[in-house]
Amino acid sequence: MEFPYLTLITFIPLLGAVACLLIPRKYEREMKRLAVALSLIPLVLAAILWLNYDYTAGTMQFLEEYAWIPTINVHYRVGVDGISLPLVFLTSLLTVICLFYSSYTIKERVKEYFAFFFLLEMGMVGVFVSLDFFLFYVFWEIGLVPMYFLIGVWGGPRRQYAAIKFFLYTLTGSVLMLLAILGMYFAEGTFGILEMARLRPFADNFTLQSLAFWGLFAAFAIKVPLWPFHTWLPDAHVEAPTAGSVILAGVLLKLGAYGFLRILLPIFPQAFHHYAPIIAILALLSIVYGALVSMAQWDLKKLIAYSSVNHMGYVMLGLVAAASAIGTSEKFFDSQAMALNGAVMQMFNHGIITGGLFLLVGVIYERTHIRDLKGFGGLGVTMPLYYGIMTATCLASLGLPGLAGFISEFLVFQGALSIIPPVAAIAISGVVVTAAMFLWKVIQLIFLGPLNQKWADLPDMQRWEVITMAPLLFFMVLFGLYPTPILNLINGTVVKLLSGL
Amino acid sequence: MLEDLVLLSPEITLTIFALLVLGLDLAFKRLKDALAYVAIGGVILAIVVTALLFGTQGSLFSGMLVVDSFAFYFKIIACLATGLVILSSIAFMKERTPYRGEFYGLLLLATLAITLLAGASDLVMIYLSFEFVSLTCYVLVGYLRGDPKSSEGGIKYFLYGAVTSAVMLYGISLLYGITGSTNLVEIRDALLFPASPAASTPWLILPALIFMLAGFGFKISLVPFHQWTPDAYEGAPTPIAAFLSVGPKAAGFAVLIRVFLTALPAYQIDWVPILSGISLVSMTFGNLVAIQQTNIKRMLAYSSIAQVGYILLGVVAAGPETYGITGVLLFILAYLFTNLGAFVAVVAFSHLTGSDEIADYAGLIRRAPLLAAALVVFFMSLAGIPPTAGFLGKFFVFGAAIQMGQKVFYFLAVVGVLNSIISLYYYFNVVRLMCFLPAKDETSLQIPRSLVLAVTITMAMTLVMGLHPQPFIELATRSVLSIAVLSPL
Repeated sequence: MEFPYLTLITFIPLLGAVACLLIPRKYEREMKRLAVALSLIPLVLAAILWLNYDYTAGTMQFLEEYAWIPTINVHYRVGVDGISLPLVFLTSLLTVICLFYSSYTIKERVKEYFAFFFLLEMGMVGVFVSLDFFLFYVFWEIGLVPMYFLIGVWGGPRRQYAAIKFFLYTLTGSVLMLLAILGMYFAEGTFGILEMARLRPFADNFTLQSLAFWGLFAAFAIKVPLWPFHTWLPDAHVEAPTAGSVILAGVLLKLGAYGFLRILLPIFPQAFHHYAPIIAILALLSIVYGALVSMAQWDLKKLIAYSSVNHMGYVMLGLVAAASAIGTSEKFFDSQAMALNGAVMQMFNHGIITGGLFLLVGVIYERTHIRDLKGFGGLGVTMPLYYGIMTATCLASLGLPGLAGFISEFLVFQGALSIIPPVAAIAISGVVVTAAMFLWKVIQLIFLGPLNQKWADLPDMQRWEVITMAPLLFFMVLFGLYPTPILNLINGTVVKLLSGL
Repeated sequence: MLEDLVLLSPEITLTIFALLVLGLDLAFKRLKDALAYVAIGGVILAIVVTALLFGTQGSLFSGMLVVDSFAFYFKIIACLATGLVILSSIAFMKERTPYRGEFYGLLLLATLAITLLAGASDLVMIYLSFEFVSLTCYVLVGYLRGDPKSSEGGIKYFLYGAVTSAVMLYGISLLYGITGSTNLVEIRDALLFPASPAASTPWLILPALIFMLAGFGFKISLVPFHQWTPDAYEGAPTPIAAFLSVGPKAAGFAVLIRVFLTALPAYQIDWVPILSGISLVSMTFGNLVAIQQTNIKRMLAYSSIAQVGYILLGVVAAGPETYGITGVLLFILAYLFTNLGAFVAVVAFSHLTGSDEIADYAGLIRRAPLLAAALVVFFMSLAGIPPTAGFLGKFFVFGAAIQMGQKVFYFLAVVGVLNSIISLYYYFNVVRLMCFLPAKDETSLQIPRSLVLAVTITMAMTLVMGLHPQPFIELATRSVLSIAVLSPL
């Protein structure tokens, strides 16, 4: 038997959660250190997997399979490929960063907080590695509960409302997905996700295929979130504690996009192709609407939340471009691959960039306890280090060449322009708006102009805050200048996925 | 004859222990609380005996009672429920009534009644055991004589019960008139192969069916026979409300399934739409009304109306190949642990604070972490969120509906899952109060050990059933086989 990497990555957080709950309250400092140390293990394991993954094959690797509920053919089946591996890495990385950051900022009910965070990590990693629908669904739902508590207990003033709204919205999608999963199971007799992609359920009955498609679509579109299913997102992001927002934007939204890639595209290519125009319009609206609404915000956290709607729209644009070209033989193959590569990479990039932005919001909010953009001004003088890091992250987010965001957005647009030119052309306007928004609203209003005397003696970022941001900045620059390691990883799997459609 | 007695041993065990408890109570005045442990011992013994007999088949008293896995399954459910209810009653009843010996004796008799109902295969036997269940429960609901709410609940329960059982009896007499038999198998044959076209009077079947449904629906608290539920739950001693929400309901489902699948398969086409409609209305009504409740016992009462709506969906989706009845059995077992667990937590809370108001649960996580954590698990399970037992139940029941592969059933499944979302709102409203809000009174609550044990067992089983469901699914599948033998479908 091979070394059970994925099982360890998935369940070490569970161990961490139990450990956090068992350690007595008086050893809080030690508990925090132990938690951060434990969260490093999945990260190291994920890095080992990245290095050992054979990307030329692009297949599912590090597979593990055990029978779980034989009567209904449910297996504990896990594995990763070039699409899920970067996301597993991203999840582990952001969890370490969030726990490290929280160990400085969370002051009350610390044990529970860390335990919930670990459970959340387990749920998210579980979704990315599951190759069995039952398992996938269980992990998908497990992730909801800790997030609900993180928002509800440690969140802002409207946290109760935001927490239940988040829960109800996501659950609505999930239960419809459950029905679709059940439908596929009774049609094909398996819960295997890869098997299902081979079997193509309801291939001869387009009505049923569409029903299953839209059931799954509801779950994923709410999570992404695609316009008009996004309304839970600003509330959840604004009310969540800083680390909660980081995970929400960094990983939870990816679960939805991942569902499109892992489930809808390979299993229902026909329906996806058929409905691509509708989804393309939704993606376009997400991009344009997200950018414009973001620009209109004065609350820094809300602004970044809406910019997430915009950025996840690019992921969807890449996906829908690839789906639109299904069945056009070889003509668009390269464009499809480019769009999908861009989409997957954009998922990773958005994770580190927007995650970083939320952390930076946390940094200023901890000091000033305001997020109103009109309340700052001239902070560039007092907080030069913060100014620099924030600017770099904003530039990465708006897609400046040389930083990671540019590569993925470029690939998406390049691919989409040759397949669905009108949509892509309008979508590019989103980039202009976000650029204006980040430069004007964030950089100019916070850092430039006359210094707001209220903040004259604001301390700059401290060492631990810089340490929190450092890994994210590292990846922004690394993948901006040298994207080969991640693109190789993604490309092998994307090509394999596309040639199977 | 001796073999017959062996097959009856669960019932005999329960009878002996019920009489033993009553006798000891008379003989020794100071034994009262030890009697609870005697009763629990009896229940455990009955479970052991049932487990040993599991798999045997037989028919007793010239077809009045059958002994099959399906009946055994419900006997185990009844005994488990009673055991947990007694465990949670010890501390609670101690301060509320001096007549505790009879209380435990009556609970054992109610369990006996349920085990008889689970095996009843003749309309006469069904009616008799039905009344047996009802009578013991009427007394238990009104047990706290000094408490007007308890008496009110008891009277209301009794009046509704008396009317519906009279209506049911009329339905039974109609069925007897049509077929000339009270034995379920003979009724099935008479309906499937009528002696002459004139002898078949299908137009009478429908009223007979609906009248009988009134009786079953009362026990299960299906809409529109549910009105007694919130009042009886609110008024009854809380452990009895817990018992009512599981024991008699399980019995009602056992007899409903047996009558409809064994005796009336020929008219499935008629009863499926009726039950579908009732299922839809029950779940939607129960959930919508539960949202507005401010008393947790009333909230759980309406939630139980919604839950039986889901269970009924499994009965509707019963077919030779589907998971319908398996789903029903799993759901009931899951519901046993979950709902009893929730009620046990409510018992603990009201025992310590004297309140059943949902608002008083604020900040419970600070005052009694175990209780609050357990309630979170139970509410997750009631809402059907994995990895809990409730998810497994819903998975199978909704799965069976999808498995039927018809538009109507897809519609039922969609309504079912949308209902779970509504239910999440009010279940997690309690979670919100417990975990997000500060307590008015910060004193921590010392829960009696028997209640800690009961909460721990139910919480552990709720999780075990969700994480390692295979043995439970096997058990349910084996239990369904025996009823499928009787059914020609």
